[in-house]
Amino acid sequence: MNNQPRLTLHIPEPPARPGDHPDFGGMKLPKAGETMRPDVDAAEPTMRDMPFGLIRVLDDGHNAVCPWDPHLEADVLHRGLRAMMLTRAFDDRLFRAHRQGKTSFYMKSTGEEAIAVAQSLMLDRRDMCFPTYRVLGWLMARGYPLLDLVNQIFSNAGDPLRGRQLPILYSARAYGFYSISGNLGSRFGHAVGWAMASAYKGDDRIALAYVGEGTTAEGGFHEALTFASVYRAPVILCVTNNQWAISSFSGIAGADETTFAAKALAYGIPGLRVDGNDFLAVWAATQWAAERARLNLGATLIELFTYRAAGHSTADDPAKYRPADEALQWPLGDPIERLKEHLIVRGEWDEERHAALQAALEDEVRAAVRAGEAIGTLGKSKPELGSMFEDVFKEPDWRVIEQRREMGV
Amino acid sequence: MPVMNMVQALNNALDEKLGADPDVLIFGEDVGYFGGVFRVTDGLQAKHGLTRCFDTPIAEGGIIATAIGMGAYGLRPVVEIQFADYILPAFDQLVSEAARLRYRSNGEFWAPLTVRTPYGGGIFGGQTHSQSPEAIFAHVVGLKTVVPSNPYDAKGLLIAAIEDDDPVIMLEPKRIYNGPFDGHHDRPLKTWAGHPKAEVPTGLYRVPLGKAAVVREGRAVTVLAYGTMVHVALSGIDEAGVDAELLDLRSLVPLDIEAITASVRKTGRCVILHEASRFGGFGGELSALVQERCFDHLKAPIERVAGWDTPYPHAFEWDYFPGPARLVAALRRVMEY
Ligand SMILES: Cc1ncc(C[n+]2csc(CCOP(=O)(O)OP(=O)(O)O)c2C)c(N)n1
Ligand SMILES: [Mg+2]
Repeated sequence: MNNQPRLTLHIPEPPARPGDHPDFGGMKLPKAGETMRPDVDAAEPTMRDMPFGLIRVLDDGHNAVCPWDPHLEADVLHRGLRAMMLTRAFDDRLFRAHRQGKTSFYMKSTGEEAIAVAQSLMLDRRDMCFPTYRVLGWLMARGYPLLDLVNQIFSNAGDPLRGRQLPILYSARAYGFYSISGNLGSRFGHAVGWAMASAYKGDDRIALAYVGEGTTAEGGFHEALTFASVYRAPVILCVTNNQWAISSFSGIAGADETTFAAKALAYGIPGLRVDGNDFLAVWAATQWAAERARLNLGATLIELFTYRAAGHSTADDPAKYRPADEALQWPLGDPIERLKEHLIVRGEWDEERHAALQAALEDEVRAAVRAGEAIGTLGKSKPELGSMFEDVFKEPDWRVIEQRREMGV
Repeated sequence: MPVMNMVQALNNALDEKLGADPDVLIFGEDVGYFGGVFRVTDGLQAKHGLTRCFDTPIAEGGIIATAIGMGAYGLRPVVEIQFADYILPAFDQLVSEAARLRYRSNGEFWAPLTVRTPYGGGIFGGQTHSQSPEAIFAHVVGLKTVVPSNPYDAKGLLIAAIEDDDPVIMLEPKRIYNGPFDGHHDRPLKTWAGHPKAEVPTGLYRVPLGKAAVVREGRAVTVLAYGTMVHVALSGIDEAGVDAELLDLRSLVPLDIEAITASVRKTGRCVILHEASRFGGFGGELSALVQERCFDHLKAPIERVAGWDTPYPHAFEWDYFPGPARLVAALRRVMEY
């Protein structure tokens, strides 16, 4: 023992901090088309290299390439582009609303819009998404009313959740969107249970759940994977690897040692690693996993490789812990730009139409915010006070009845 | 003497303990390079080194479990749980492990860890950034739970907690990190500047665990409070115009039962104020103790002023928060009984 080197404690550190030049040169990125596409019903042991590849469809010239090209109609791509642009316009506008003191909090999904939008459009209306706070695109892709979002963010009298939740922690059952809570990772298992219930009932609905890469450290992530594997639950379990968890780089979640998709290996389920800024790749991988789930072949883990281009939230200043221009150096580009260029290459889009759409979406958002402001911003308008005491239980018990009376409501 | 807000006082305590004791180390989510989302560990990694103050994976159970293991080895880990609302994944580690290791091993193993965690409302944090879980921890035998209400106590209690050989949870009232808050949310924000308890000496000093502070002497009624509610109590007492004695408990476990009973025996009345929801809250325990030990001295029923028995609703921050008006009403009821 004495002749061994002394033990040292290893603490991971990111390659670049403020003041450094961000360098993604060392990142191994397979080219579009390079990562194989297993048959949907292939046995899991035949695809154990998938977690180390990267599913990409759009090549550097913005053309879609096989084997993962989902061959989507231009109409679907237009819908996707619109929802992604709407998500970004809404995020930008509501972030500013926070800066103007109109609400308490906001979080953007800038740079990650392709993920939720593609998956929302791809899955069936009857399937259920178990969201994080960074998948607004899911609702945008399904036409959720902007005014309802604004009212929730302002916690005003029009808030569909009656002021119960922090801004953006939506719930929208009719849109296949489960209730969000601030606690990280605690709903990953709900998706598995929901999917198991569908299987138990002999239905054909599947579930999809998200966590951030930082959240894969929580026990709930691993528990969900175990249950999904054991019961072959019809569920798509997604890790959005946007490289950052507030100020902690992905190495703090284990990314220096292996990929997040590779966590699937130990559970014996397929693990796909996907270019999350490539709308077509996200669509194709999700479609593959959905078909597999519907064939009773169980769960798939999908790592969506992307970059959190904005700060964590309105409470965050990323310039304090990462190079200010890191987002611009991200080698997989911007999801909106890439889909736009692809449509242009296909002859289905042009700069003028893009600019016109952008302007129209900004108008749409502005009108919704104005309508929300007319009802009232945070503190200026509230849901009916007595509603605070409702829904603790289905039927109120004596405590809330008495306390409600004490408040005189 | 240096004037500090509560964040600076906590940072100073950690800085001095890191400097004085190589077995002290700090870890938690975002506490390393960045210095914590509330800036409590700002600069500590740069000054003391990567292994003395570092980021952890997002796994509260993992944070507490590793802290217990390190503590069992002989270190004195100080961990941050980013919000008290997110401590629950670590509940099993705290209750079944940290709190019982000494007892079940007959003193062979113990875990001298300190858990710091911001708690409480008044910040429009909604139901997952506003809760006050002190009663849950106070109920667990083997855990100590402390709550400072000002910068001076924050530093002294944290040093005492780190030096204590048992697990200590320090709940930090985040609403008063940067200034005292008396519950009047519509008035201008105050900073700690000018507050006598913002004078924080440099160098190690301790506020002993288990000692309450008499914040205001009085003869008519005893008010028991801790954390942000100490400041709310002061304004409520003023507004009610009663000769109340205010005790800042500072430490819930161990509890300064002598200070409580001495005060209630003197005043004959007791009002308890906390942010946490009322049913099963720490006020229930305080009320039972006062009743058991001071029954003959009581001139009025004990009153509890607390959060409503609902989750903490975002839109209704100030309807939920037990502000001075609710205390004034309770003080009047007790005095007029
Ligand atoms: C159980 C729990 N612990 C800590 C937090 C505080 N917190 C909120 S978001 C966050 C980072 C999450 O990072 P990641 O999972 O990568 O998701 P991202 O924000 O990047 O989308 C942390 C630590 C929380 N909300 N819940
Ligand atoms: Mg992340």
